Amino acid sequence: MNAIIISAVLGVIMMFSGIFLKKNSSIAALAILGIIILLAVTIMEMSGYHFFAVDTHGMLFFDAFGLLFNCVAFAGTLALFLLNAKDIAAIGNNPGEYFALIFFVLCGIAIASSFNTLLMLFIGIEIISIPLYILTGSDKRNLKSNEASLKYLLLGAFSTGLMLLGIAFLYGASEKGSFFIDELAIGKAAASPLLMAGLLLITTSLAFKVSAAPFHFWAPDVYDGAPTPVTSFMATVVKGGAFIAFIRLFGDAFVELKSQWQIFIAILAAATLLIGNITAVFQQSVKRMLAYSSVAHIGFMLFALLTLNTLAREGTILYIAAYSAATIGLFAILAKMKDHGFEGFNGMARQYPKLALAATIFLLSLAGIPLTGGFLAKYYMIASVMQTGHFLWLVILSLFCAAISIYYYFRVIQAMYFKEGQGQHLEVSAGFSGWLIVLAIIVILLGIFPQWLIDRLYIIYL
Amino acid sequence: MPINYYIFLSVALFCIGVAGVLTRRNAIIVFMCIELMLNAVNLLLVAFSKMHHLALAATDPNAGINGQLFVFFIMVVAAAEVSVGLAIIAMLYRNTHSVDINFLNRLKH
Repeated sequence: MNAIIISAVLGVIMMFSGIFLKKNSSIAALAILGIIILLAVTIMEMSGYHFFAVDTHGMLFFDAFGLLFNCVAFAGTLALFLLNAKDIAAIGNNPGEYFALIFFVLCGIAIASSFNTLLMLFIGIEIISIPLYILTGSDKRNLKSNEASLKYLLLGAFSTGLMLLGIAFLYGASEKGSFFIDELAIGKAAASPLLMAGLLLITTSLAFKVSAAPFHFWAPDVYDGAPTPVTSFMATVVKGGAFIAFIRLFGDAFVELKSQWQIFIAILAAATLLIGNITAVFQQSVKRMLAYSSVAHIGFMLFALLTLNTLAREGTILYIAAYSAATIGLFAILAKMKDHGFEGFNGMARQYPKLALAATIFLLSLAGIPLTGGFLAKYYMIASVMQTGHFLWLVILSLFCAAISIYYYFRVIQAMYFKEGQGQHLEVSAGFSGWLIVLAIIVILLGIFPQWLIDRLYIIYL
Repeated sequence: MPINYYIFLSVALFCIGVAGVLTRRNAIIVFMCIELMLNAVNLLLVAFSKMHHLALAATDPNAGINGQLFVFFIMVVAAAEVSVGLAIIAMLYRNTHSVDINFLNRLKH
Protein backbone atom coordinates (compact mmCIF):
# COMPACT_ATOMS: atom_id res chain seq x y z
CA MET A 1 0.00 0.00 0.00
CA ASN A 2 2.96 2.32 0.70
CA ALA A 3 4.04 2.32 -2.94
CA ILE A 4 0.57 2.99 -4.35
CA ILE A 5 -0.07 6.07 -2.21
CA ILE A 6 3.47 7.48 -2.23
CA SER A 7 3.84 7.13 -6.01
CA ALA A 8 0.55 8.94 -6.61
CA VAL A 9 1.60 11.72 -4.21
CA LEU A 10 5.01 11.97 -5.88
CA GLY A 11 3.25 12.24 -9.24
CA VAL A 12 1.26 15.23 -8.00
CA ILE A 13 4.40 16.81 -6.52
CA MET A 14 6.28 16.41 -9.80
CA MET A 15 3.33 17.89 -11.69
CA PHE A 16 3.63 21.13 -9.70
CA SER A 17 7.43 21.11 -9.55
CA GLY A 18 7.54 22.98 -12.86
CA ILE A 19 6.05 26.04 -11.16
CA PHE A 20 8.70 26.26 -8.44
CA LEU A 21 11.77 24.84 -10.14
CA LYS A 22 12.90 26.55 -13.30
CA LYS A 23 15.95 24.49 -14.17
CA ASN A 24 15.66 21.09 -15.84
CA SER A 25 18.47 19.70 -13.72
CA SER A 26 16.74 20.52 -10.43
CA ILE A 27 13.52 18.87 -11.65
CA ALA A 28 15.54 15.81 -12.62
CA ALA A 29 17.19 15.79 -9.19
CA LEU A 30 13.77 15.97 -7.52
CA ALA A 31 12.57 13.03 -9.62
CA ILE A 32 15.62 10.97 -8.63
CA LEU A 33 14.98 11.81 -4.97
CA GLY A 34 11.33 10.80 -5.42
CA ILE A 35 12.12 7.42 -6.94
CA ILE A 36 14.65 6.72 -4.18
CA ILE A 37 11.93 7.45 -1.59
CA LEU A 38 9.53 5.18 -3.48
CA LEU A 39 12.05 2.36 -3.55
CA ALA A 40 12.80 2.85 0.15
CA VAL A 41 9.15 2.70 1.24
CA THR A 42 8.60 -0.46 -0.82
CA ILE A 43 11.59 -2.13 0.79
CA MET A 44 10.26 -1.00 4.18
CA GLU A 45 6.88 -2.50 3.38
CA MET A 46 8.61 -5.81 2.66
CA SER A 47 10.22 -5.52 6.08
CA GLY A 48 6.86 -4.96 7.77
CA TYR A 49 6.48 -1.19 8.03
CA HIS A 50 3.04 -0.15 6.83
CA PHE A 51 2.53 3.58 6.81
CA PHE A 52 -1.09 3.62 5.74
CA ALA A 53 -3.84 1.53 7.27
CA VAL A 54 -6.27 1.38 4.38
CA ASP A 55 -9.12 -1.12 4.41
CA THR A 56 -9.22 -2.37 0.81
CA HIS A 57 -11.93 -4.98 1.54
CA GLY A 58 -9.55 -7.61 0.23
CA MET A 59 -9.43 -6.01 -3.21
CA LEU A 60 -5.65 -5.64 -3.02
CA PHE A 61 -3.42 -8.38 -1.76
CA PHE A 62 0.25 -7.78 -1.03
CA ASP A 63 2.60 -10.73 -1.12
CA ALA A 64 6.35 -11.08 -1.43
CA PHE A 65 6.14 -11.78 -5.16
CA GLY A 66 4.30 -8.58 -6.02
CA LEU A 67 6.32 -6.43 -3.62
CA LEU A 68 9.63 -7.80 -4.84
CA PHE A 69 8.58 -7.10 -8.40
CA ASN A 70 7.70 -3.54 -7.33
CA CYS A 71 11.20 -3.18 -5.92
CA VAL A 72 12.69 -4.40 -9.20
CA ALA A 73 10.48 -2.05 -11.21
CA PHE A 74 11.33 0.96 -9.04
CA ALA A 75 15.02 0.09 -9.11
CA GLY A 76 14.78 -0.10 -12.91
CA THR A 77 13.14 3.32 -13.00
CA LEU A 78 15.85 4.64 -10.68
CA ALA A 79 18.50 3.36 -13.12
CA LEU A 80 16.61 5.02 -15.97
CA PHE A 81 16.44 8.33 -14.09
CA LEU A 82 20.10 8.23 -13.07
CA LEU A 83 21.14 7.64 -16.67
CA ASN A 84 18.55 9.55 -18.65
CA ALA A 85 16.83 12.07 -16.37
CA LYS A 86 18.22 14.96 -18.42
CA ASP A 87 17.06 13.38 -21.67
CA ILE A 88 13.57 12.89 -20.22
CA ALA A 89 13.46 16.52 -19.13
CA ALA A 90 14.66 17.61 -22.57
CA ILE A 91 11.87 15.83 -24.51
CA GLY A 92 9.75 18.96 -24.57
CA ASN A 93 8.75 22.09 -22.73
CA ASN A 94 7.14 20.51 -19.67
CA PRO A 95 9.85 18.51 -17.88
CA GLY A 96 7.92 18.15 -14.61
CA GLU A 97 4.96 16.54 -16.31
CA TYR A 98 6.95 13.75 -17.94
CA PHE A 99 8.25 12.65 -14.55
CA ALA A 100 4.76 13.02 -13.07
CA LEU A 101 3.33 10.71 -15.73
CA ILE A 102 6.08 8.16 -15.07
CA PHE A 103 5.18 8.20 -11.37
CA PHE A 104 1.52 7.67 -12.23
CA VAL A 105 2.50 4.68 -14.37
CA LEU A 106 4.44 3.32 -11.38
CA CYS A 107 1.28 3.72 -9.27
CA GLY A 108 -0.57 1.63 -11.85
CA ILE A 109 2.19 -0.98 -11.75
CA ALA A 110 1.92 -1.18 -7.97
CA ILE A 111 -1.83 -1.81 -8.32
CA ALA A 112 -1.45 -4.30 -11.17
CA SER A 113 1.06 -6.33 -9.17
CA SER A 114 -1.20 -6.61 -6.13
CA PHE A 115 -4.75 -6.91 -7.46
CA ASN A 116 -7.13 -9.41 -5.99
CA THR A 117 -10.23 -8.60 -8.02
CA LEU A 118 -10.77 -8.11 -11.72
CA LEU A 119 -11.81 -4.52 -10.96
CA MET A 120 -8.36 -3.71 -9.63
CA LEU A 121 -6.73 -5.53 -12.55
CA PHE A 122 -8.67 -3.29 -14.93
CA ILE A 123 -7.91 -0.11 -12.97
CA GLY A 124 -4.24 -1.02 -12.67
CA ILE A 125 -3.79 -1.78 -16.37
CA GLU A 126 -5.58 1.45 -17.31
CA ILE A 127 -3.52 3.59 -14.93
CA ILE A 128 -0.47 2.10 -16.61
CA SER A 129 -1.77 2.68 -20.13
CA ILE A 130 -3.31 6.15 -20.13
CA PRO A 131 -0.19 8.09 -19.00
CA LEU A 132 1.84 6.06 -21.50
CA TYR A 133 -0.33 7.24 -24.40
CA ILE A 134 0.66 10.79 -23.46
CA LEU A 135 4.32 9.95 -22.85
CA THR A 136 4.57 8.26 -26.26
CA GLY A 137 3.34 11.40 -27.95
CA SER A 138 5.27 13.80 -25.72
CA ASP A 139 7.60 14.84 -28.53
CA LYS A 140 4.80 16.95 -29.95
CA ARG A 141 6.50 18.33 -33.07
CA ASN A 142 7.80 14.95 -34.20
CA LEU A 143 5.42 13.22 -36.62
CA LYS A 144 6.75 9.78 -35.78
CA SER A 145 6.02 10.36 -32.11
CA ASN A 146 2.50 11.59 -32.97
CA GLU A 147 1.77 8.52 -35.04
CA ALA A 148 3.20 6.15 -32.47
CA SER A 149 1.01 7.70 -29.82
CA LEU A 150 -2.16 7.46 -31.94
CA LYS A 151 -1.41 3.87 -32.86
CA TYR A 152 -0.72 2.95 -29.24
CA LEU A 153 -3.87 4.70 -28.12
CA LEU A 154 -6.16 3.00 -30.65
CA LEU A 155 -4.73 -0.48 -30.12
CA GLY A 156 -4.49 -0.03 -26.37
CA ALA A 157 -8.10 1.09 -26.09
CA PHE A 158 -9.14 -1.75 -28.38
CA SER A 159 -7.40 -4.33 -26.21
CA THR A 160 -8.96 -2.75 -23.13
CA GLY A 161 -12.34 -3.34 -24.74
CA LEU A 162 -11.47 -7.00 -25.26
CA MET A 163 -10.35 -7.30 -21.65
CA LEU A 164 -13.60 -5.76 -20.40
CA LEU A 165 -15.72 -8.16 -22.43
CA GLY A 166 -13.64 -10.98 -20.98
CA ILE A 167 -14.19 -9.66 -17.46
CA ALA A 168 -17.94 -9.40 -18.08
CA PHE A 169 -18.04 -13.02 -19.28
CA LEU A 170 -16.09 -14.22 -16.26
CA TYR A 171 -18.45 -12.29 -14.02
CA GLY A 172 -21.42 -13.93 -15.69
CA ALA A 173 -19.85 -17.35 -15.37
CA SER A 174 -18.96 -17.04 -11.68
CA GLU A 175 -21.65 -18.61 -9.55
CA LYS A 176 -21.15 -16.25 -6.64
CA GLY A 177 -21.42 -13.16 -8.80
CA SER A 178 -18.11 -11.76 -7.67
CA PHE A 179 -15.01 -10.27 -9.25
CA PHE A 180 -12.61 -11.78 -6.72
CA ILE A 181 -10.10 -13.82 -8.65
CA ASP A 182 -9.99 -16.73 -6.23
CA GLU A 183 -13.76 -17.21 -6.55
CA LEU A 184 -13.89 -17.15 -10.34
CA ALA A 185 -13.18 -20.75 -11.17
CA ILE A 186 -13.92 -22.57 -7.93
CA GLY A 187 -14.94 -26.16 -8.37
CA LYS A 188 -14.96 -26.00 -12.14
CA ALA A 189 -13.15 -29.02 -13.44
CA ALA A 190 -14.55 -28.37 -16.89
CA ALA A 191 -14.96 -24.77 -17.95
CA SER A 192 -18.32 -23.52 -19.17
CA PRO A 193 -18.30 -21.87 -22.61
CA LEU A 194 -18.83 -18.47 -20.98
CA LEU A 195 -15.79 -18.93 -18.71
CA MET A 196 -13.68 -20.18 -21.60
CA ALA A 197 -14.66 -17.22 -23.81
CA GLY A 198 -13.83 -14.83 -20.99
CA LEU A 199 -10.48 -16.49 -20.40
CA LEU A 200 -9.64 -16.33 -24.10
CA LEU A 201 -10.53 -12.64 -24.34
CA ILE A 202 -8.52 -11.69 -21.25
CA THR A 203 -5.56 -13.71 -22.50
CA THR A 204 -5.73 -11.93 -25.86
CA SER A 205 -5.90 -8.53 -24.26
CA LEU A 206 -3.02 -9.16 -21.85
CA ALA A 207 -1.01 -10.63 -24.73
CA PHE A 208 -1.58 -7.28 -26.47
CA LYS A 209 -0.31 -5.42 -23.42
CA VAL A 210 2.86 -7.50 -23.07
CA SER A 211 3.20 -7.60 -26.90
CA ALA A 212 3.26 -11.36 -27.37
CA ALA A 213 2.96 -12.53 -30.98
CA PRO A 214 0.63 -12.51 -32.91
CA PHE A 215 -0.49 -9.39 -31.01
CA HIS A 216 2.93 -7.74 -31.09
CA PHE A 217 2.67 -5.74 -34.31
CA TRP A 218 2.14 -2.41 -32.55
CA ALA A 219 5.26 -2.74 -30.41
CA PRO A 220 8.08 -2.08 -32.91
CA ASP A 221 6.30 0.93 -34.43
CA VAL A 222 5.43 2.44 -31.06
CA TYR A 223 8.86 1.75 -29.57
CA ASP A 224 10.50 3.24 -32.64
CA GLY A 225 8.38 6.39 -32.65
CA ALA A 226 8.36 7.17 -28.93
CA PRO A 227 11.16 9.31 -27.45
CA THR A 228 14.02 6.94 -26.55
CA PRO A 229 13.91 7.28 -22.72
CA VAL A 230 10.17 6.60 -22.84
CA THR A 231 10.79 3.54 -25.03
CA SER A 232 13.28 2.34 -22.47
CA PHE A 233 10.66 2.68 -19.73
CA MET A 234 7.93 1.01 -21.79
CA ALA A 235 10.03 -1.92 -22.93
CA THR A 236 11.21 -2.84 -19.45
CA VAL A 237 9.33 -1.65 -16.38
CA VAL A 238 5.89 -1.37 -17.96
CA LYS A 239 6.16 -4.65 -19.79
CA GLY A 240 7.22 -6.35 -16.56
CA GLY A 241 4.22 -4.84 -14.78
CA ALA A 242 1.77 -6.11 -17.35
CA PHE A 243 3.46 -9.51 -17.25
CA ILE A 244 3.20 -9.76 -13.46
CA ALA A 245 -0.52 -9.01 -13.76
CA PHE A 246 -0.73 -11.83 -16.31
CA ILE A 247 1.04 -14.30 -13.98
CA ARG A 248 -0.99 -13.31 -10.93
CA LEU A 249 -4.28 -13.65 -12.80
CA PHE A 250 -3.49 -17.11 -14.12
CA GLY A 251 -1.70 -18.30 -10.99
CA ASP A 252 -4.47 -17.31 -8.60
CA ALA A 253 -7.62 -17.71 -10.63
CA PHE A 254 -7.23 -20.32 -13.32
CA VAL A 255 -4.62 -22.71 -12.07
CA GLU A 256 -7.19 -25.52 -11.75
CA LEU A 257 -8.06 -25.15 -15.41
CA LYS A 258 -4.40 -25.42 -16.40
CA SER A 259 -4.87 -28.36 -18.73
CA GLN A 260 -7.34 -26.39 -20.83
CA TRP A 261 -5.27 -23.27 -21.51
CA GLN A 262 -1.72 -24.57 -21.27
CA ILE A 263 -1.40 -25.55 -24.93
CA PHE A 264 -2.70 -22.15 -26.00
CA ILE A 265 0.00 -20.37 -23.98
CA ALA A 266 2.63 -22.78 -25.34
CA ILE A 267 1.69 -21.84 -28.92
CA LEU A 268 1.72 -18.17 -27.97
CA ALA A 269 5.23 -18.54 -26.52
CA ALA A 270 6.50 -20.44 -29.55
CA ALA A 271 5.08 -17.90 -31.99
CA THR A 272 6.49 -15.01 -29.96
CA LEU A 273 9.96 -16.56 -29.84
CA LEU A 274 10.04 -17.31 -33.56
CA ILE A 275 8.57 -14.04 -34.82
CA GLY A 276 10.51 -11.87 -32.38
CA ASN A 277 13.88 -13.42 -33.09
CA ILE A 278 13.57 -13.90 -36.84
CA THR A 279 12.24 -10.40 -37.49
CA ALA A 280 14.94 -8.86 -35.30
CA VAL A 281 17.59 -10.27 -37.63
CA PHE A 282 16.40 -8.11 -40.52
CA GLN A 283 16.29 -4.76 -38.73
CA GLN A 284 18.55 -1.93 -39.83
CA SER A 285 18.09 0.24 -36.76
CA VAL A 286 19.29 -0.80 -33.31
CA LYS A 287 16.26 0.81 -31.68
CA ARG A 288 13.92 -1.31 -33.79
CA MET A 289 16.08 -4.37 -33.25
CA LEU A 290 15.75 -3.88 -29.49
CA ALA A 291 11.98 -3.53 -29.91
CA TYR A 292 11.82 -6.93 -31.61
CA SER A 293 14.23 -8.35 -29.06
CA SER A 294 11.84 -7.24 -26.32
CA VAL A 295 9.13 -9.22 -28.10
CA ALA A 296 11.48 -12.21 -28.22
CA HIS A 297 12.21 -11.96 -24.50
CA ILE A 298 8.49 -11.97 -23.74
CA GLY A 299 8.48 -15.36 -25.45
CA PHE A 300 10.88 -16.64 -22.81
CA MET A 301 8.93 -15.03 -19.99
CA LEU A 302 5.75 -16.75 -21.20
CA PHE A 303 7.37 -20.03 -20.11
CA ALA A 304 6.69 -18.94 -16.54
CA LEU A 305 3.03 -18.49 -17.38
CA LEU A 306 2.97 -21.90 -18.95
CA THR A 307 4.31 -23.73 -15.91
CA LEU A 308 3.44 -21.52 -12.91
CA ASN A 309 5.68 -23.52 -10.56
CA THR A 310 8.20 -22.27 -7.99
CA LEU A 311 11.04 -22.04 -10.48
CA ALA A 312 8.80 -20.01 -12.75
CA ARG A 313 8.04 -17.43 -10.06
CA GLU A 314 11.69 -17.11 -9.10
CA GLY A 315 12.68 -17.00 -12.74
CA THR A 316 10.16 -14.28 -13.59
CA ILE A 317 11.65 -11.89 -11.05
CA LEU A 318 15.19 -12.70 -12.14
CA TYR A 319 14.28 -12.44 -15.82
CA ILE A 320 12.61 -9.07 -15.45
CA ALA A 321 15.54 -7.77 -13.37
CA ALA A 322 18.25 -8.98 -15.75
CA TYR A 323 16.38 -8.02 -18.91
CA SER A 324 15.42 -4.58 -17.56
CA ALA A 325 18.94 -3.74 -16.41
CA ALA A 326 20.47 -4.68 -19.76
CA THR A 327 17.79 -3.01 -21.88
CA ILE A 328 17.73 0.20 -19.84
CA GLY A 329 21.51 0.43 -20.23
CA LEU A 330 21.40 -0.04 -24.00
CA PHE A 331 18.57 2.44 -24.47
CA ALA A 332 20.47 4.92 -22.28
CA ILE A 333 23.31 4.85 -24.80
CA LEU A 334 20.86 5.04 -27.71
CA ALA A 335 19.20 8.08 -26.15
CA LYS A 336 22.50 9.94 -26.44
CA MET A 337 22.91 9.01 -30.12
CA LYS A 338 21.46 10.77 -33.14
CA ASP A 339 21.86 7.88 -35.57
CA HIS A 340 20.11 4.74 -34.31
CA GLY A 341 21.41 2.49 -37.11
CA PHE A 342 24.02 -0.22 -36.67
CA GLU A 343 26.56 2.08 -38.39
CA GLY A 344 26.16 4.53 -35.53
CA PHE A 345 28.05 2.09 -33.32
CA ASN A 346 31.04 1.80 -35.67
CA GLY A 347 34.32 2.42 -33.93
CA MET A 348 32.71 3.20 -30.60
CA ALA A 349 35.21 1.10 -28.67
CA ARG A 350 38.04 3.44 -29.54
CA GLN A 351 36.16 6.65 -28.82
CA TYR A 352 34.22 5.65 -25.72
CA PRO A 353 35.79 2.46 -24.31
CA LYS A 354 33.75 2.51 -21.08
CA LEU A 355 30.46 2.82 -22.95
CA ALA A 356 31.44 0.08 -25.37
CA LEU A 357 32.43 -2.25 -22.53
CA ALA A 358 29.15 -1.70 -20.68
CA ALA A 359 27.14 -2.12 -23.90
CA THR A 360 28.98 -5.37 -24.61
CA ILE A 361 28.04 -6.74 -21.18
CA PHE A 362 24.40 -5.75 -21.70
CA LEU A 363 24.31 -7.41 -25.13
CA LEU A 364 25.96 -10.57 -23.81
CA SER A 365 23.37 -10.70 -21.04
CA LEU A 366 20.51 -10.28 -23.52
CA ALA A 367 21.98 -13.03 -25.68
CA GLY A 368 22.20 -15.30 -22.62
CA ILE A 369 25.95 -15.88 -22.36
CA PRO A 370 27.00 -17.50 -19.04
CA LEU A 371 28.20 -15.33 -16.13
CA THR A 372 25.57 -12.72 -16.93
CA GLY A 373 22.09 -12.32 -15.48
CA GLY A 374 20.48 -13.11 -18.81
CA PHE A 375 21.94 -16.60 -18.88
CA LEU A 376 20.57 -17.63 -15.49
CA ALA A 377 17.23 -16.03 -16.25
CA LYS A 378 16.89 -18.11 -19.39
CA TYR A 379 18.12 -21.16 -17.45
CA TYR A 380 15.38 -20.74 -14.82
CA MET A 381 12.70 -20.43 -17.50
CA ILE A 382 13.83 -23.51 -19.40
CA ALA A 383 14.31 -25.48 -16.18
CA SER A 384 10.77 -24.67 -15.10
CA VAL A 385 9.45 -26.11 -18.36
CA MET A 386 11.70 -29.18 -18.06
CA GLN A 387 10.33 -29.75 -14.57
CA THR A 388 6.81 -30.25 -15.90
CA GLY A 389 8.05 -33.03 -18.17
CA HIS A 390 6.02 -31.83 -21.14
CA PHE A 391 6.64 -29.34 -23.94
CA LEU A 392 10.10 -30.60 -24.82
CA TRP A 393 9.56 -29.20 -28.35
CA LEU A 394 9.20 -25.75 -26.84
CA VAL A 395 12.52 -26.06 -25.03
CA ILE A 396 14.29 -27.12 -28.23
CA LEU A 397 12.66 -24.28 -30.15
CA SER A 398 13.71 -21.77 -27.49
CA LEU A 399 17.34 -22.92 -27.64
CA PHE A 400 17.25 -22.57 -31.41
CA CYS A 401 15.84 -19.05 -31.05
CA ALA A 402 18.46 -18.11 -28.45
CA ALA A 403 21.08 -19.12 -31.00
CA ILE A 404 19.49 -16.84 -33.61
CA SER A 405 19.46 -13.98 -31.12
CA ILE A 406 23.24 -14.19 -30.73
CA TYR A 407 23.56 -13.11 -34.37
CA TYR A 408 21.81 -9.77 -34.05
CA TYR A 409 23.23 -8.91 -30.62
CA PHE A 410 26.77 -9.66 -31.73
CA ARG A 411 26.32 -7.48 -34.80
CA VAL A 412 26.36 -4.47 -32.48
CA ILE A 413 29.44 -5.74 -30.61
CA GLN A 414 31.16 -6.33 -33.94
CA ALA A 415 30.33 -2.81 -35.07
CA MET A 416 31.73 -1.34 -31.85
CA TYR A 417 34.99 -3.25 -31.75
CA PHE A 418 35.90 -4.44 -35.22
CA LYS A 419 34.62 -1.82 -37.61
CA GLU A 420 36.41 1.35 -38.43
CA GLY A 421 34.24 4.36 -38.54
CA GLN A 422 33.80 7.95 -37.69
CA GLY A 423 31.75 7.40 -34.56
CA GLN A 424 29.24 10.08 -33.76
CA HIS A 425 29.95 12.55 -31.03
CA LEU A 426 28.09 11.72 -27.83
CA GLU A 427 27.62 14.13 -24.98
CA VAL A 428 28.36 11.87 -22.06
CA SER A 429 29.28 13.05 -18.60
CA ALA A 430 31.57 11.14 -16.25
CA GLY A 431 28.53 10.37 -14.10
CA PHE A 432 26.73 8.75 -17.03
CA SER A 433 29.55 6.32 -17.83
CA GLY A 434 30.00 5.66 -14.11
CA TRP A 435 26.36 4.67 -13.61
CA LEU A 436 26.47 2.63 -16.79
CA ILE A 437 29.42 0.64 -15.46
CA VAL A 438 27.56 0.16 -12.15
CA LEU A 439 24.56 -1.18 -14.08
CA ALA A 440 26.85 -3.55 -16.01
CA ILE A 441 28.30 -4.81 -12.72
CA ILE A 442 24.76 -5.41 -11.44
CA VAL A 443 24.02 -7.47 -14.56
CA ILE A 444 27.08 -9.62 -13.88
CA LEU A 445 26.29 -9.93 -10.15
CA LEU A 446 22.78 -11.13 -11.03
CA GLY A 447 24.44 -13.85 -13.08
CA ILE A 448 26.73 -14.97 -10.27
CA PHE A 449 24.65 -14.44 -7.13
CA PRO A 450 21.02 -14.66 -8.25
CA GLN A 451 20.04 -15.90 -4.78
CA TRP A 452 20.59 -12.38 -3.42
CA LEU A 453 17.50 -11.38 -5.34
CA ILE A 454 15.53 -14.60 -5.28
CA ASP A 455 15.85 -15.21 -1.53
CA ARG A 456 13.91 -12.00 -0.97
CA LEU A 457 10.87 -13.91 -2.21
CA TYR A 458 10.93 -16.02 0.94
CA ILE A 459 12.05 -13.54 3.57
CA ILE A 460 9.07 -11.48 4.46
CA TYR A 461 7.65 -9.97 7.59
CA LEU A 462 4.13 -9.01 6.66
CA MET B 1 -36.32 -12.47 -20.20
CA PRO B 2 -33.58 -15.10 -20.39
CA ILE B 3 -30.01 -13.84 -20.01
CA ASN B 4 -29.09 -15.19 -23.45
CA TYR B 5 -30.86 -12.34 -25.21
CA TYR B 6 -28.76 -9.81 -23.33
CA ILE B 7 -25.59 -11.71 -24.14
CA PHE B 8 -26.49 -11.82 -27.84
CA LEU B 9 -27.35 -8.13 -27.92
CA SER B 10 -24.14 -7.10 -26.15
CA VAL B 11 -21.95 -9.33 -28.25
CA ALA B 12 -23.62 -8.02 -31.42
CA LEU B 13 -22.99 -4.42 -30.31
CA PHE B 14 -19.43 -5.34 -29.42
CA CYS B 15 -18.86 -6.93 -32.82
CA ILE B 16 -20.21 -3.84 -34.57
CA GLY B 17 -17.63 -1.88 -32.62
CA VAL B 18 -14.84 -4.30 -33.54
CA ALA B 19 -15.84 -4.23 -37.21
CA GLY B 20 -15.79 -0.45 -37.11
CA VAL B 21 -12.33 -0.36 -35.58
CA LEU B 22 -11.01 -2.74 -38.20
CA THR B 23 -12.58 -1.13 -41.27
CA ARG B 24 -12.98 2.61 -40.74
CA ARG B 25 -10.12 4.93 -41.64
CA ASN B 26 -11.11 8.04 -39.71
CA ALA B 27 -9.45 8.19 -36.31
CA ILE B 28 -12.45 9.82 -34.64
CA ILE B 29 -14.87 7.21 -35.97
CA VAL B 30 -12.50 4.45 -34.86
CA PHE B 31 -12.55 6.03 -31.45
CA MET B 32 -16.35 6.12 -31.41
CA CYS B 33 -16.38 2.42 -32.29
CA ILE B 34 -14.12 1.70 -29.31
CA GLU B 35 -16.62 3.56 -27.12
CA LEU B 36 -19.35 1.36 -28.58
CA MET B 37 -17.36 -1.70 -27.51
CA LEU B 38 -17.04 -0.39 -23.96
CA ASN B 39 -20.75 0.43 -23.77
CA ALA B 40 -21.68 -3.04 -25.00
CA VAL B 41 -19.68 -4.36 -22.05
CA ASN B 42 -21.51 -2.00 -19.70
CA LEU B 43 -24.84 -3.37 -20.88
CA LEU B 44 -23.66 -6.93 -20.39
CA LEU B 45 -22.37 -6.21 -16.89
CA VAL B 46 -25.67 -4.68 -15.83
CA ALA B 47 -27.56 -7.66 -17.23
CA PHE B 48 -25.32 -10.13 -15.39
CA SER B 49 -25.61 -8.06 -12.26
CA LYS B 50 -29.40 -8.38 -12.38
CA MET B 51 -29.08 -12.09 -13.08
CA HIS B 52 -26.88 -12.64 -10.05
CA HIS B 53 -29.20 -10.52 -7.96
CA LEU B 54 -32.21 -12.62 -8.87
CA ALA B 55 -30.33 -15.84 -8.19
CA LEU B 56 -28.74 -14.87 -4.89
CA ALA B 57 -31.10 -12.25 -3.39
CA ALA B 58 -32.47 -14.76 -0.88
CA THR B 59 -29.12 -15.12 0.89
CA ASP B 60 -27.61 -11.70 0.24
CA PRO B 61 -29.82 -8.66 -0.48
CA ASN B 62 -26.84 -6.82 -2.05
CA ALA B 63 -25.90 -9.64 -4.41
CA GLY B 64 -24.94 -8.49 -7.88
CA ILE B 65 -24.39 -4.89 -6.92
CA ASN B 66 -20.67 -5.11 -7.72
CA GLY B 67 -21.41 -5.55 -11.41
CA GLN B 68 -23.16 -2.19 -11.49
CA LEU B 69 -20.30 -0.60 -9.56
CA PHE B 70 -17.90 -1.89 -12.18
CA VAL B 71 -19.90 -0.04 -14.83
CA PHE B 72 -19.20 3.27 -13.11
CA PHE B 73 -15.49 2.54 -13.14
CA ILE B 74 -15.63 1.73 -16.85
CA MET B 75 -17.43 5.02 -17.53
CA VAL B 76 -14.81 7.02 -15.64
CA VAL B 77 -11.89 5.27 -17.28
CA ALA B 78 -13.51 5.61 -20.72
CA ALA B 79 -13.92 9.34 -20.11
CA ALA B 80 -10.23 9.63 -19.17
CA GLU B 81 -9.28 7.67 -22.26
CA VAL B 82 -11.41 9.85 -24.51
CA SER B 83 -9.93 13.06 -23.15
CA VAL B 84 -6.40 11.80 -23.77
CA GLY B 85 -7.38 10.30 -27.13
CA LEU B 86 -9.02 13.42 -28.50
CA ALA B 87 -6.01 15.46 -27.39
CA ILE B 88 -3.73 13.12 -29.32
CA ILE B 89 -5.96 13.26 -32.40
CA ALA B 90 -6.04 17.07 -32.17
CA MET B 91 -2.24 17.11 -31.93
CA LEU B 92 -1.97 14.92 -35.01
CA TYR B 93 -4.43 17.13 -36.87
CA ARG B 94 -2.43 20.22 -36.01
CA ASN B 95 0.71 18.68 -37.50
CA THR B 96 -0.74 16.95 -40.57
CA HIS B 97 -4.18 18.50 -41.19
CA SER B 98 -5.75 15.08 -41.41
CA VAL B 99 -7.21 12.47 -39.06
CA ASP B 100 -6.82 9.58 -41.48
CA ILE B 101 -5.20 6.54 -39.93
CA ASN B 102 -3.73 5.30 -43.22
CA PHE B 103 -1.10 7.77 -42.29
CA LEU B 104 0.12 5.38 -39.63
CA ASN B 105 2.00 3.37 -42.20
CA ARG B 106 4.77 5.90 -42.33
CA LEU B 107 6.51 4.30 -39.34
CA LYS B 108 7.20 1.14 -41.30
CA HIS B 109 10.15 2.25 -43.30
